[in-house]
Amino acid sequence: MSLYFLRRALGAVLVLLAISVVIYATFYVAPGDPAKLACGPRCNPEQLRQVREQLSLDDPVYLQYWHFLQGVFVGHDYSTGTGVMHCDAPCFGLSYQNDQQVTELIAQRLPATLSLAAGAMALTLLLGIGTGLLSVVRRGGVVERALTWLTLAGIATPVFISGLALLMVFCAYLEWLPFPSYVALTDDPEQWAWNMLLPWVALALLESSKYARMTRSSMLETLAEDHVRTFRAYGVSERAIVGRHALRGAVAPVIAMAAVDFGSMVGGTMLTETMFGLPGVGQLLVHSVQTVDLPVVVAIVMVIGAAVVIANIIGDVLYAAADRRVALR
Amino acid sequence: MTDPLVKVTDLAVSFPAGDGFVRAVDGLSFELAPGGALALVGESGSGKSTVAYGLLGLHRSTGAEATGEVRVAGHDVLAADEAELRRVRGGVAAMVFQDPLSSLDPYQAIGDQIAEVHRVHRRGTTRRAARARAVEVLDRVGIPDASRRARSRPHEFSGGMRQRALIAMALACEPRLLVADEPTTALDVTVQAQILGLLRELRAETGMGLILVTHDLGVAADSVDELLVMKDGRAVERGAVRKVLDAPGEDYTRALLAAVPRMNVRRPGARPAKADDAVLLEATGLTREFGRGKRAVTAVDQVSLTVRAGETVGVVGESGSGKTTLGRMLVRLLEPTGGELRYRGRDIGGLKESGLRPFRAELQMVFQDPVSSLNPRRSIGESIADPLRVAGKLTDAEIAARVRELLERVGLDPGAYHRYPHEFSGGQRQRVGIARALAPEPRLIVCDEPVSALDVTTQAQVVKLLGELQRDLGLALVFIAHDLAVVRQVSDRLVVMRGGRIVEEGPADSVYENPRHPYTQGLLAAVPRLEREEAAA
Amino acid sequence: MTDLIGTKEPEAVTPSGVAASGARQVWRRLRARKSALVAAAVLGLLVLLALGAPLLAALEGQDVNAYHDTLVDSARGGVPSGSFGGVSADHWLGVEPGTGRDLFVRLLYGARVSLMVAVGATLVQVLVAVVVGLAAALGNRFVDSFLSRITEVMIALPLLVFAIALTAVVPTDFPRPLLLVVVIGLIAWGGLARVVRAQALSLKKLDYVSAARLAGGSTWRVARRELLPGIAAPVITYAVYLLPSNIVLEASMSFLGVGVKPPTPSWGQMLSSATTWFRADPTYVVLPALLLFVTTLAFTVLGDAVRVALDPRVASRLRVGRAKARKAAAPAGGEAA
Repeated sequence: MSLYFLRRALGAVLVLLAISVVIYATFYVAPGDPAKLACGPRCNPEQLRQVREQLSLDDPVYLQYWHFLQGVFVGHDYSTGTGVMHCDAPCFGLSYQNDQQVTELIAQRLPATLSLAAGAMALTLLLGIGTGLLSVVRRGGVVERALTWLTLAGIATPVFISGLALLMVFCAYLEWLPFPSYVALTDDPEQWAWNMLLPWVALALLESSKYARMTRSSMLETLAEDHVRTFRAYGVSERAIVGRHALRGAVAPVIAMAAVDFGSMVGGTMLTETMFGLPGVGQLLVHSVQTVDLPVVVAIVMVIGAAVVIANIIGDVLYAAADRRVALR
Repeated sequence: MTDPLVKVTDLAVSFPAGDGFVRAVDGLSFELAPGGALALVGESGSGKSTVAYGLLGLHRSTGAEATGEVRVAGHDVLAADEAELRRVRGGVAAMVFQDPLSSLDPYQAIGDQIAEVHRVHRRGTTRRAARARAVEVLDRVGIPDASRRARSRPHEFSGGMRQRALIAMALACEPRLLVADEPTTALDVTVQAQILGLLRELRAETGMGLILVTHDLGVAADSVDELLVMKDGRAVERGAVRKVLDAPGEDYTRALLAAVPRMNVRRPGARPAKADDAVLLEATGLTREFGRGKRAVTAVDQVSLTVRAGETVGVVGESGSGKTTLGRMLVRLLEPTGGELRYRGRDIGGLKESGLRPFRAELQMVFQDPVSSLNPRRSIGESIADPLRVAGKLTDAEIAARVRELLERVGLDPGAYHRYPHEFSGGQRQRVGIARALAPEPRLIVCDEPVSALDVTTQAQVVKLLGELQRDLGLALVFIAHDLAVVRQVSDRLVVMRGGRIVEEGPADSVYENPRHPYTQGLLAAVPRLEREEAAA
Repeated sequence: MTDLIGTKEPEAVTPSGVAASGARQVWRRLRARKSALVAAAVLGLLVLLALGAPLLAALEGQDVNAYHDTLVDSARGGVPSGSFGGVSADHWLGVEPGTGRDLFVRLLYGARVSLMVAVGATLVQVLVAVVVGLAAALGNRFVDSFLSRITEVMIALPLLVFAIALTAVVPTDFPRPLLLVVVIGLIAWGGLARVVRAQALSLKKLDYVSAARLAGGSTWRVARRELLPGIAAPVITYAVYLLPSNIVLEASMSFLGVGVKPPTPSWGQMLSSATTWFRADPTYVVLPALLLFVTTLAFTVLGDAVRVALDPRVASRLRVGRAKARKAAAPAGGEAA
C-alpha cells in the first residue's frame, strides 16, 4: 500500500513536471515578447532592457526553465532597482500587472473558490445520487420519465444559463435573495452561506444531472446482472435488492466519476465565479488571460493541474476501497 | 398416496421475439413425488431451463407468457401474488444457477448473502443467528474453515467452492425442492464429480426433492431417479433413468444417446505415428509467462512436444492447465517467453510478425467460440477467402471457385458465399471456421475446444468431419479439449496437462486404458458415465 | 464538460451486439424513437437557419453589424424602445440593448459560429482520438503505456482552464473560430481515445482477429479490415455527445470573453453582456439562452437515441422489463450459442 502511494506520488510529480515543461514552452518561449508584456504599453528601450535583465530573458531557454523550477521549489530573489525582494518557496514569479507575488495573488483568491467548490460538490453528490436512486426505485412510472427529462435538461444547461435564470427569478423578480456578493466564511458564516446559495445551486444543477444519470445507469446495469436474479429467486423483496445490492454496485463507478470529473468541476467553478462576480481563482485566470499576465496564468494552471492529479489519486484509492476486486497497482 | 411435490400440467411458455412470440415450452406435464429426483435433459433450445425458471415464477416481468398450471408443494405458482411467490422462492423451492461467479453479489461477503436470504424466510431471526446459520450450512457443504471463509467475497473462492456456497444458500432456508440449472456445466470434471456427490448426500440427508436441468446425460445418469427428455419445448420421453438409458423408447432419445462420445471405445482406424513420419512441429522447453515481476504467472511451463505429419495429438486438461496458451503458441498467435519452437526444422519461436508470414498458411487454427471466431460484418465467403487474398496468387474467379469447393467439402451449401455469420447455427459456423483453416492448404491445424460449445449431436458431426479431413488430406491435428471422451474419438496420441506442465503422454489407447499418473487416473475416474457397470464401479 | 455521457467506462460493443445492427436496422431503431425524430428535426431546422443566415438577413432587410441608435432609449441607459426588446416588423426579434443591432440576424450568425466550431472541433477530436487510441491498442507495451498516460492526463485536466490559457498566447489577429476549433479539438480528445483503445483491445481478443492474423495479413491490414469497422459504432456514439459538449465549451469561452471576439456574434458573448441587462431587457437574455439550451438538449437526446440504436443492450437502462426478457430467454437457449 505504501509502495503504491510512493509510486503514484512519483508518477504525479513526473506528470506535473511534464505539464510544466509544456506550459513553460508554450507561454514563455513561443510567440510574443514577455519583456514587452511585462514592461507595459508605454515602454522605452531602456526600460525594456532592464526588464529583460530582471527576468533573465537573455539566458538560454533551459536555464530560464531551471530558474523557474528553482523559484517553485526554493524561492527566488528579485532586484527591484531599489533593493532585493525575496519570493518564498512556491514562487511563480511576479505579476506583470502590479509586481505582486503570484503566490499571494492566488492565496487571496482561494477561499472564495474553495467555498464554491466544496459546497457545490456536496450539493451535487446529494442531489445526483438521490435523483438517480429515486428514478430507479420508481422506474417504469411518471416519476422516472419526469426525472429522466429533468436530468437531460440539467445537462443541457450551462452554468451561465442556470445562473442567469436563478438571478432573474430569485433576485430580480421575487427579491428573496440579495445579489450574491462574497462574504468570507470567517467573517460571518450565515451571510457566507446565504450569499453562496445561488452559486452553489447553479453549479450543482448541471453537475448533479451527470451524477444522476451515472448513478441510474450503473444501478440499472447491476439490476440486470445474474446475482440480482439469485436474490429474486430467493424471495428477497425488490426494495431490499435495490437498496442493498444495486446501490452498492453503483458506489464505485460514481466515485471514479467524481475523481475524473474534478477537472470539469473546476471549469464550472470558473464560469460560476465570473457569472456571480465572486473573487475566486477562476476570475483571476480570466482577467490574467485578458491582460496577458503570463506568470499568473502559468501559476494557476500549475496549481489546478496539481489539484486534479491529487484528486485522481484520491479517487483511485477510494475506488479500490469500494470495489475490493480492484487491486491497487 | 401423498400429494406430489411438483405438479406441472399442460405448461406453455412463450417469449416475445421480434413481432411475434416464440414458444419455448409447449404442453408439458409432469409430476415429482416428495423426495424424488428428476432430470430435465435436452439440447439447446429444448426449453428445459425455461421450465426450471417457471417452477419459481422467474419468467414473470420478463414479458414471457405462461399458461397451464404449475403447483409446487400446493402453491399455484402461476397465479400466486408477489408475497406468496416470495415465500415459495427459497422457502419452498430453492434454485442453484449455472455460473456460480456471476450468481453471487461481488461486493458482499458470502456469509452475509446467505444470512440475508435466511432472514427473508425466517422472520425474526437475529443477524447473529442468521450469520451462525450461514456458517453452519457452509460447513455442511464442505467449505473448510467455514467461520472464517464466510467473510470472504465470491472472487476469493474457486469455482467449485462458489457452487458449494450457492448450494449452501439453498440449504439455509431448508426448502423441500432444489432446482439445479446446469449446476456443473461451468466446472471442471473432477469438481463436477464432487458437486454431484454433495447433491446426492444432501438429498439423502434432508429428503428434499431435486429437479436437475442438464444437457449432459452422463451427469443425469449419476444423479437422479427419473429422466424427462425434452425437444423443442415438448416432452419426448419420460421414465426411470436406467430404463430410458438402457432401452430408450423413442428415436430421438436413441439418436441422442448414440451421439454421446464414449470413453471406453477405441478410435476406429487409430494410426499411431511411426518414427519415420516427418516431424512437423517440435517444441522444446516451451514456456509462456504472463505479467512481469512478482505478478508473473507461468501459464505454460517447459513443455516439450512433437507433432508428426498426419497424426492427431489430443491435449486434455482442466481449466488453468495451459492447454489453450500452448495451442496459441504452436501456431504463433502468442510469442513464447522461453524454449524453442521449430517448424520443419526452422526456429519460428522468436520470429516477428513479418518473419512469420511465410509460415502462416501452413499452421492454422480452429477456434472454440462459433460466435466470436467469425467477423459479424463480413460474409462467410469473404472470411474464408481472406488467406487466399493475402497470398495474392489467385484471381477473384479462382478464389470464388476455391471457396465454393471448401464450403462443399465441410458440408455446407456452396452457394452460401454471400451469407453472413448470424444466419448460421453454431455447428454450421464451426464448419465455416474449419473451411477457413483449410483454405491456405495447411499442414497442421490446432483445434482449440472446437466442439465444446456445441450440442452432442452437432458435436458428433463436427468431430466426424475433422476425422475425415485429417485422413483425406493427411493433415496433422492438435486437438485441445477438456472433454476426455471427445478427445478419445479423434486422437492417436494423448497429452495430459496440469498447471502448465505435461503430466502424462503416450498413445491414446494406452493412456485411457492404463493411466500411469495419479492425476490422469483421477481425471478419468471423475467422468460421469452412461453405462450401469461403470457407474457402479 | 468532460463527460456528458455520464458513464465511467466506455462500453465495449461485442460483435454479436453489432451483428444484428446493419445500417438499415440502426436507422429503423432510430426512427422508432419519437424524441430522436423531434431532436433531429430541431437540429435540422437550426442547421438550415445557420446556413441560410445571409439569405434570411436579406429577407428581413437587416445587417448583422448595423447600429441603430434610434431604436434604443439612451435616457434609460440604452434599453430598446418598444415592448419585448423592441420587436417590430423590421426587427423580428427586437434589437440588442445599447447598440440597437438586429437580434434575429445576430442570433442566426451566432448559430453559424457555434455549429461551425463544434463540428470542426469534433472532427479534430475524432481524428486525434482514433489515431491515438488505435496506436495504443496495437502498439507494444511502451507505446501503449506512454499514450495511455497522455490520454489519462488529457481526460483529467480541466479543459476550460487549458483552453482559456492557450488563447492567451496566440496572436490577436489569428482567426478566432479557427483557433477555438484547434484548441478545443486538441485538448478534449482524451475520453474518446480511451473508448477507441478499449474497444480495439476487446476486439483484438476476439478469435476472428486471431484468424485474420493467421491468414498472414499485415498488422495494418488486420486493423483496417477487422478493427476499424468495429470501432465505428462507439466512435459515432461518442462524437454525437461531443458536439453539444463542444458547443457549450465554445459558448463558455465566449462568455468569459476569451472565445469569439466582437464584432463576430456568438451566443456565449450575448449571454455575457446579458448579465448586465437581465433586469431591464429580459428578452435579450431569454433568446440566446433558449437557443443554446434547445440545441444542447437536442444533441444530447439524439446522442442517447443513436447510442441505443447502435447498441440495443443499452436500452435495458431505459426499460428494465425488456432486458430481463432477453436475460431469461438466454438460459432457455441452453449452453450453446
